[in-house]
Amino acid sequence: MRNEINVTLPAIVSNASLARLIIMGILAPLDADTQQLTEVKTVVSEAVTNAIIHGYEGNPEGIVEFNAVLEGRRLKVVIKDHGVGIDDVELAKQPLFTTKEDEERSGLGFMIMESFTDDFEVVSAPSVGTTVTFEREIL
Amino acid sequence: MGIGISIHMQESLLFVNLTGELDQSTMQKVKQKLVNAIDQSDVKHVVFNFKGLTFMDSSGIGIVLGRYNQIRDRDGRVFVVGMNPVVAKVFYMSGLNKIITIIDDDADVMRVLEEAI
Ligand SMILES: Nc1ncnc2c1ncn2[C@@H]1O[C@H](COP(=O)(O)OP(=O)(O)OP(=O)(O)O)[C@@H](O)[C@H]1O
Ligand SMILES: [Mg+2]
Repeated sequence: MRNEINVTLPAIVSNASLARLIIMGILAPLDADTQQLTEVKTVVSEAVTNAIIHGYEGNPEGIVEFNAVLEGRRLKVVIKDHGVGIDDVELAKQPLFTTKEDEERSGLGFMIMESFTDDFEVVSAPSVGTTVTFEREIL
Repeated sequence: MGIGISIHMQESLLFVNLTGELDQSTMQKVKQKLVNAIDQSDVKHVVFNFKGLTFMDSSGIGIVLGRYNQIRDRDGRVFVVGMNPVVAKVFYMSGLNKIITIIDDDADVMRVLEEAI
């Protein structure tokens, strides 16, 4: 079975929660265990939150593109923003690295995304935007 | 959705009970409440209870770390009860479990605290 959803979300923080609901919805027929679902939900939350707070720096006019494809038990998700972009992706991916330390960020988003996915990629360019792509087999 | 916060103080301890979802959209409210509670008292240690949380991401981890930074000058410690396995995994992977004490679900919390502090 193949299923797909494509949505565009305004960059408001409550839309991380909406994205989590959407991903849970597409995975619902698989009857996966809570642990796996929570991991996927967390990855989506991290990527969408990053797009909103870093990419668009809280500007609600920004648009986050969210695409999820489920083929059998393989999930592929693309989360894209056209925001400020990342200068040095390798540095940004380091655990505990954050550019918003004063706002009590822990710098763990990318570590979480990388650990809870089978395939994970970040493509970014300053003032062009950031695209996060991940795949995860749901057992 | 949203978040529920209840806090109470007992001697040097600040107990924090959270229910609902702890993410970017709810963290500010929690942060404000805890920053004030700690600033305006002389509690040393913070004990989070996450049993009532249905979801938490790195924004929530920032709240925990932030309280550690807030009380470390007082020689205080931060404890977490009821952390879900996914968040616990993140704590172990990042090494944060070395500065934040995770209390097992089946442990006698008061006893662990008495022994630790
Ligand atoms: N979509 C994005 N657009 C621009 N910058 C980004 C984006 N995503 C991440 N970054 C940059 O990469 C850094 C690391 O991201 P990561 O999610 O790991 O940590 P964080 O968001 O700072 O903290 P946490 O996720 O723990 O709350 C961010 O501080 C930010 O500078
Ligand atoms: Mg992040």
